[in-house]
Amino acid sequence: MKISYNWIKEYLDLNVKPADLAEKIERTSVEVDDVIKPSDGLKKIVVGHVLSVEAHPDSDHLHICQVDVGEDEPLQIVCGAPNIAKDQKVIVALPGSRIADNVKIKKSKMRGVPSAGMICALQEIGFPEDVVPKAYADGIYVMPADATPGDAVYDYLGMNDSLIDLDVTPNRGDMLSLYGTLHDLSAIYDLPVKFDQPAVKETGAAIADQLTVHADAALAPQYRMRLVKQVKLAPSPMWLQIRLWNAGYRPINNVVDITNYIMLKYGQPLHAFDYDKFSGQDVYVRTAKAGEKLTTLDEGEHDLDDHDIVIADDQKPIALAGVMGGLDTAIADGTVTVAIEAAVFEHDHIRKAAQRHNLHTDASQRFERGVNQAGVQEALDAAAEMMTDLAGGEVQAGTVVATDNVPAPAVITITMSHINAVLGTELSQDQVTHILTTLGCEVTADGETLTVTVPVRRNDIHIPADLLEEIARIYSYDELPATLPTGRMTMGELTTAQKLMRATRHSLEGLGLNQAISYALTTEDKAKMFMMQASETTKLAWPMSVDHAVLRMNIITGLLDDIAYNSARKVKDVALYEQGRVFYREDGVDRPNEQEHIAGAITGTLLPTAWDLPAQPVDFYQVKGIVAAYLKDMAVNGDVTYVANHDMPEMHPGRTADILVHGHRIGFMGQVHPTIAKQFKIGATYVFELNLQAIIDMPKQENQYDVISRYPAITRDVAMLVDDDITNEQIVALIEKRGGAFLQSVKLFDVYDGVKVPKGKKSLAYTLTYQDKHATLVDDAVTQAFEKVEKRLQDDLGAEIR
Amino acid sequence: MSLKDKLTELHDRGLAEIKKSADLKDVNQVRVSLLGKKGPITEVLRGMRDLDAEERPKVGAFANEIRDDLTAALAKRREELENAVLNAKLANEAIDVTLPGTPVAKGEPHVIQQIIDQIEDLFLGMGYQVLSGPEVEEDKYNFEMMNLPKNHPARDMQDTFYITKEILMRTQTSPMQARTLETHDFSQGPLKMISPGVVYRRDTDDPTHSHQFHQVEGLVIDKHITMADLKGTLQVLAHELFGDKFDVRLRPSYFPFTEPSVEADITCFNCGGKGCKVCKNTGWIEVLGAGMVHPNVLRMAGVDPDVYGGFAFGVGPDRFAMLKYGVDDIRNFYLNDVRFLKQFTKKG
Repeated sequence: MKISYNWIKEYLDLNVKPADLAEKIERTSVEVDDVIKPSDGLKKIVVGHVLSVEAHPDSDHLHICQVDVGEDEPLQIVCGAPNIAKDQKVIVALPGSRIADNVKIKKSKMRGVPSAGMICALQEIGFPEDVVPKAYADGIYVMPADATPGDAVYDYLGMNDSLIDLDVTPNRGDMLSLYGTLHDLSAIYDLPVKFDQPAVKETGAAIADQLTVHADAALAPQYRMRLVKQVKLAPSPMWLQIRLWNAGYRPINNVVDITNYIMLKYGQPLHAFDYDKFSGQDVYVRTAKAGEKLTTLDEGEHDLDDHDIVIADDQKPIALAGVMGGLDTAIADGTVTVAIEAAVFEHDHIRKAAQRHNLHTDASQRFERGVNQAGVQEALDAAAEMMTDLAGGEVQAGTVVATDNVPAPAVITITMSHINAVLGTELSQDQVTHILTTLGCEVTADGETLTVTVPVRRNDIHIPADLLEEIARIYSYDELPATLPTGRMTMGELTTAQKLMRATRHSLEGLGLNQAISYALTTEDKAKMFMMQASETTKLAWPMSVDHAVLRMNIITGLLDDIAYNSARKVKDVALYEQGRVFYREDGVDRPNEQEHIAGAITGTLLPTAWDLPAQPVDFYQVKGIVAAYLKDMAVNGDVTYVANHDMPEMHPGRTADILVHGHRIGFMGQVHPTIAKQFKIGATYVFELNLQAIIDMPKQENQYDVISRYPAITRDVAMLVDDDITNEQIVALIEKRGGAFLQSVKLFDVYDGVKVPKGKKSLAYTLTYQDKHATLVDDAVTQAFEKVEKRLQDDLGAEIR
Repeated sequence: MSLKDKLTELHDRGLAEIKKSADLKDVNQVRVSLLGKKGPITEVLRGMRDLDAEERPKVGAFANEIRDDLTAALAKRREELENAVLNAKLANEAIDVTLPGTPVAKGEPHVIQQIIDQIEDLFLGMGYQVLSGPEVEEDKYNFEMMNLPKNHPARDMQDTFYITKEILMRTQTSPMQARTLETHDFSQGPLKMISPGVVYRRDTDDPTHSHQFHQVEGLVIDKHITMADLKGTLQVLAHELFGDKFDVRLRPSYFPFTEPSVEADITCFNCGGKGCKVCKNTGWIEVLGAGMVHPNVLRMAGVDPDVYGGFAFGVGPDRFAMLKYGVDDIRNFYLNDVRFLKQFTKKG
């Protein structure tokens, strides 16, 4: 809501600049989005008097005007507006002036005719399109006839006012009006405010004989109408138009403008009906019936149902209550009798109606947050008074009232010790009482216990905590001391799982992978790829886009998206890991299980190519090395094995392995299937994904000390030819099993399957290290053990020792 | 010529030869020719038996002196020559030390993670626990128990990704307040926790909005926790993350789960509080929301608000990172451009 600085000053004797006032409001009440002075940035824009208008000889729409701008000679200005006419007072941007958007106006020629400046529309001097009166929407603006040529236009148009744009939080509906803001400022600055008292002149007949209103108090706790006859529709006076357009409203006519003005001033939305268009003399507040329709003021057509509150006459709905009036009964040319409605509607209904019909209006916004229920009649009276003053209306005697439920004011008891204990302050009872009194509360004291009666307009204050906020903010948060909690000591320590997750990240970073954080919401296709277990998908009911519609059941696709993003930007070497959750859901259960996973993806080279480091494209074994080193860091207890998996649809059938710990599958690794890589528009990429929760839950090995033997080790190398389908794992397992008591380690040092070995065979070579921890090994013992192994390799695996 | 004179002459000649020797081989030859068994000194000493018994020890001592002197000179010359050889070799081995070092595999933590870790470590040090909650939440915890009943107008403030009517992507880490309050045993001590995590909002991604971002919730509940404690705690947080020069101010705000509710601003990074474009000339930047936990929240979780109370706060690591490093587009955090990730390498 944009609130006028000048308007505030009419009621409050403030001696602060607009920017300072705005800051004070922000520090004490509600956020301020902006402070705007409409004339800022404009220069040399003055009133002009159009002395003559002639058609341009070379144009069918341009006119050549002589304009008095208060100087000795009139200016010749070429103007293309259709509504330009002799004797108008207009807005002239002089040569050398600046208009909206910092555009500079210079002398020029238009189709050969010199033009010294420009006659402006309101939009051209910065007015938003939607506040410009309709009559001037497509042409220049015509100033009041008494404007003096040569005067700057700003004061005539209210442009020297400062407008403070309040961003009102949902609890502070009371701040959506001048009066609400004044009440707060009165407390903030500790200054009195003098509010107007409406004085209605009821010159007509009794309203009760002309109109009856009926309402369900559950839908409308208050419902009132006044009737004004003999209304003469006309444009509003300038001062009123200025108030409206500065607040962001388009001036329409005096009657409609009055309802908007009263809403701005009191916060009470009003609606003006053309009484003569009612069918019958009864007005009902009721829920809509299925099948009823309403065309609203904005010409929108709405199908109604029994969730909607409508205002209806004998025949049909005439307004969507608290949201927008109907077109059929709107104030229009020819309207002479106006029924003014002032009501309180139940906020939930209004909120839902505004949502359902996508009609978020200033009225609905105020009803949703709650209006001042003690001020409904006052606002109605003020409107009626203005209808007489500005439209010559004859206010009929009395107000018809359907419901009149004004809530009782909240009464809250609070103690001084509680206030100071929660705020951490040492406020005196006088200070607190004064603050609450300036806010309009009545305070009575019994010892240190205060009984506080809260004004009805502050519908956000119900409990002691609400009063604490009022006291704290008016006292000023700056004055609060800054301390740290005291009391019983507590331990701050990460859990085992948290420590392991941190260790996981550090380990993988140490191994060269960068941490990525990708989107957990993805497409249905991607959510279902690289699955480690069967699961139903979990879909958003109303996603914003198909790209983020389903919860991921793998981490890898997010990393592949990241690689694609890098790749599209010519970043070819990418090594990423991500630690995050996947979401598995069982059929028939709405809420998925969240499982921590850890995944990695590498494309290009892991190490950047350099002058002393030739490019080494990432391969299976490099990633396996990373996975193995990581699992070693995590000290999982049990053998880690890798078993070829030919069946994962998204993975290369010959370059994928399941990762098992102690026989349990905890994840997989390998090359992304080239078809999938192509789908993601990425090059050869190697990935792994592990169930991190499983790793967290597994038993771990503690670090332990093993004596380093003082006795020398002896090594023997063995090279062999075996069939292609014999795996390294088989050979190592056999050597370890048959290697004897002194075999310490088996290390593969060569693999060859090139042209020098027969087809279907491969050559493998291992170093076997023997050591006795307690004595020097005898060569013979080693030879014996070694020969035994060689024989076993030949017998069991058909190896040909070379 | 006396023996002594001979020895003196030998000495002078020897020193000259040693000095002349050009390499280790020369040195060796000189050594053999001077001090060897067939060398001149040995020969001179053989002539000693012709001397008087009185003269003999004097000349002998002199001869030994000469020999030691020459031996030392030889050793010194040898060392000089050895050093020269070594130095020549090392000179040959010189490399261009300005060539770049061999790359090593080194990954970096995500900038958001760094901020979360920093916050965690700060609060661990102050005796807080770190808790994590579900990302797919029940409406009950995300809203209802946070004092946001269905149809509460504030629910419009945060558009929600619903999965079913009752299940949703959490819009905030605040549900962890309700979850921990429900289970905390106050007889074991006060509740002091932070809860970092991912949250989701029904937003269209653009430079300042992301449908996924992070929050760290903080909650302290005990018998005597004050709003001044909240202010002090937020000050410590601001100092940890941004530096001691940064001040914190509180402004009124509205959250259904706190009362009083405040927004906390910190001194603008860009201008240090003088006022600039970044802070819209206020000198302050809004960084987090906080407040004293609403009695309804305590009551709904089974905690007696007449006995216990305290504060809660929620901070956005994404926003912190954007402010701290001037990151102009929040999407950078989730697109994982390596050139972005590699910019935040400072450790400790």
